[in-house]
Amino acid sequence: MRIFKTLPLLALFLFAFSGSVDAQCKAFAKKECLPELGIYTHDGNYHAAVLVEGEEAELYKTFYSDMEYRVAIIGEDKLPMVEFKVLDANKNVLYSNKDKDYAKTWDFKLQSSQQLKLVVKVSSFNKPGDTPASGCVAIMFGFKMKK
Amino acid sequence: MNRNYRFSSVILVVLILVTSLFTGCKGGKKSVDQSVKVKVPQDNAVILQDIKQAEKIFNALPSPIESAQLIKSAGAKFDEKLLNPVSNVNTYVTNKAMALNLGVYTCDLSFASMYEQTQLLIDYMNAAKKMADGLGILKAIEQDDIDKLEENINNADVIMEVVSQTFMNSNSYLQDNGQPATAAMVLVGGWIEGLYISTQLIDMKEFNGNKLVGRIIDQKLSIDILLNLLQGSKGNPAVDELIVQVAKLSDVFKKISIKSGPIRTEYDAASNSTMLKSEVKTDMTPETFKELSIVVADIRNSFVK
Repeated sequence: MRIFKTLPLLALFLFAFSGSVDAQCKAFAKKECLPELGIYTHDGNYHAAVLVEGEEAELYKTFYSDMEYRVAIIGEDKLPMVEFKVLDANKNVLYSNKDKDYAKTWDFKLQSSQQLKLVVKVSSFNKPGDTPASGCVAIMFGFKMKK
Repeated sequence: MNRNYRFSSVILVVLILVTSLFTGCKGGKKSVDQSVKVKVPQDNAVILQDIKQAEKIFNALPSPIESAQLIKSAGAKFDEKLLNPVSNVNTYVTNKAMALNLGVYTCDLSFASMYEQTQLLIDYMNAAKKMADGLGILKAIEQDDIDKLEENINNADVIMEVVSQTFMNSNSYLQDNGQPATAAMVLVGGWIEGLYISTQLIDMKEFNGNKLVGRIIDQKLSIDILLNLLQGSKGNPAVDELIVQVAKLSDVFKKISIKSGPIRTEYDAASNSTMLKSEVKTDMTPETFKELSIVVADIRNSFVK
């Protein structure tokens, strides 16, 4: 029953204080995610959201054959591992960071331009009765000219 | 059902409805390029599941920086006449005009920076700053950024860092302050400007085998992302107008054929990078290209007039 007492508080926190949470997300994204792009040029776009453990987010983006890309996906420390998968238009999984010890970045290039889908999922601590963990997850892309 | 439990359920539903109404008045929260659907739970047994299933969808258009890079990498030449003159900056007074032209000027300044047009870069950064200031975007582009550009005018890496940083500041400010419609318009302005410059740079005598034509065809892959981005702010009159314009563009893109074979991955340990290999066949007739150019120019000119 503890979970039913904590959920209203969690919902209130998530919805009523979303503005300040978003601002924290921006600071987190800049501090923790941006440096992961390394020598790749950040495209300037900003994607971040507060996710609860077990929750998923999806991102659709076109990637071009002229470029080399790095995607960086970082969750706050208080969250369990963040999984991400990259899928093609036919839902075939092209990459899963679960197979790479939950790597935070993935470098790739394309023979031809494609629209790809990224699915980001916060895994679960699997502790029934505890308040589900929530925190910021940031997704950023860097690019450089293909050699 | 436990009485307290039922009471807290009612409070939860009321809280969600009230807070949803408030965030709705802001035009949505979370992020510019993100639509978030929240379901109100029917009973407590599904509350946790519903929170988990709350959809978060990001529609990521190519940024103006990426669009400019694509034009440069296709081997196109720089043409200042294609940019929106900075002298137009004082004519933009509505929120919609300033948002669209923040995107347009950011694309123009990125284009100028790629071709080392240093004075133009500074001029366009000032124009973009004026748009950002007009939109009330605090600290998006500061005088320090412009000073940094002037001090590092020959350092391409620093220039790109400043351009990318200032665009992220604008983008994130709008997302974090409940202005997804404005943020979407900035992205649309930048994307349309990139497409406009690209189409204008094509010489029909060199249509076949032109690399830039290939990049223009690739934009078909982003048209549904663009429409989804705008649909997230449907109901906003300015966005509704854009949806009509982009739908016309989408109709022309439907005449372009892109057939992609299966993608296979090839990991290169030396570079720690994965190559996504696939065969793609594309087809765009010169007639379709001309039609596309006209529609894009009409939309772009409606933005900058």
